[in-house]
Amino acid sequence: MKLTLKIWRQKNSNDKGAFVSYPMGNVNPDMSMLECLDVLNETLTERGEEPVAFEHDCREGICGSCGFMINGVAHGPERATTVCQLTMRHFKDGDELVLEPWRAHAFPFLKDLCVDRRAFDRIIAAGGYVSVSTGNAPDANAIPVGKDIADQAMDAAACIGCGACVAACPNAAAALFTGAKVAHLSVLPQGKVEADRRALAMVAQMNEEGFGNCTNIGECTGVCPKSIPLQVIARMNRDFFRASLKRRDEPATTITPVYDWKVKTQ
Amino acid sequence: MSTTAVSLRQSRAAAFWYSTTGKKIVMAITGAMLFLFVIGHMVGNLQIFEGREKLNAYGHLLHSLSEPLWAVRAVLIAAIVLHIIATVQLALRNKAARPVGYSRREAINSSYASRTMYWSGPIVLAFVIFHLLHLTAGIIVPGAAFIDGDVYHNVVSGFEVWWVSVWYIFAICLLGFHLRHGIWSMFQSVGLNHPRYTPLLKQAAIWIAAIIVIGYISIPISVLLGLVKE
Repeated sequence: MKLTLKIWRQKNSNDKGAFVSYPMGNVNPDMSMLECLDVLNETLTERGEEPVAFEHDCREGICGSCGFMINGVAHGPERATTVCQLTMRHFKDGDELVLEPWRAHAFPFLKDLCVDRRAFDRIIAAGGYVSVSTGNAPDANAIPVGKDIADQAMDAAACIGCGACVAACPNAAAALFTGAKVAHLSVLPQGKVEADRRALAMVAQMNEEGFGNCTNIGECTGVCPKSIPLQVIARMNRDFFRASLKRRDEPATTITPVYDWKVKTQ
Repeated sequence: MSTTAVSLRQSRAAAFWYSTTGKKIVMAITGAMLFLFVIGHMVGNLQIFEGREKLNAYGHLLHSLSEPLWAVRAVLIAAIVLHIIATVQLALRNKAARPVGYSRREAINSSYASRTMYWSGPIVLAFVIFHLLHLTAGIIVPGAAFIDGDVYHNVVSGFEVWWVSVWYIFAICLLGFHLRHGIWSMFQSVGLNHPRYTPLLKQAAIWIAAIIVIGYISIPISVLLGLVKE
């Protein structure tokens, strides 16, 4: 099949980027989106041009490395699919695909389709530890957890941190990501011990990173490759609200991100 | 590479207010208060269909309760002010959160109402100011002379001016859109979301918003059709 890839090319954050159109003559419909980019990069390299930079690792939809906008939708038109799992047969012959990186202040631009998502790492780090007994491994099922609760925790824990929720949100909010990371621990008895401190700290770090705020519109869950539900955001809000009312200890400290390149973002 | 610096946060109340999540909780609670007012005001207004005496008696009753009336007004004004301040601050933050926009972006999973809250809100506010100047203060009087205490006359003569009715109907429809998202969103913001009840709540939000719109616009439509007259 024939496709035209219109890709955002930008060397670095100081460069002024632009879209460049690449006609692709012979696209195998069974290829994934990333394999299509591999083929393009092959030809670009042979022509002596700079290949398109994009992030990838496992290519089976579970690592969270890949992701970019395709025709204005994060991870492309297929629901619950990362771009590495998106096969080209979902497009029609002759389509033009507009490929653009995630755009958010909290995700400083790196190159072409790559952005720096370490803000997510700092939010996870702000969550801190979970209290567990040291010594021998505990007996299985020593703490009873209902199947429904275990399912809720697993649904939230399915988050791979790809950043599509931020990219799709009109406010560039990280509520679905932070909510998933709060919820997958706080619904379980093991995670309840630090639930208050964790919610306050992670929300504080999320705000510190310069993400927007959640307006409950639901674009994030629509593009999420793991279909994480909006319930995790409610969980975060509830934990935050409860913790704000009853907290006794010192307020949460946050880590201010400092980038030594110019944070002019693009 | 990035380096990091640890910063200390403010007091408990300040941390709550400066947090996006805290502000959304403030918006949810103030929104709930304004929603209750919208319901109460509609029920009061619909007494126009019971005739001049009934509506005017209701107006006199409210004005005779001077202190409680002003207490309620003060709470509502505070709710409006907080709701707006939180919205403006969050909107500015959201604008800063995406300094470079997309060349194109498709909405695939959100309602029209939820995406237009920034439009419906300010227009409804402009309407509320007009509405207060028109029927409460009697400063803007498009129709026949404003008669203090004769609520029925003021309403009917006002709505007989076609553009007052059109503006009213337009603003109430936007209020309906605002509530269609707001009614369920306020629960989400304070952390209440349930796999079974939230879909029902979203359905209920549409119906409640529709009932409110129909309830309110039935008044100008009845006046324009001549069903309610002097």
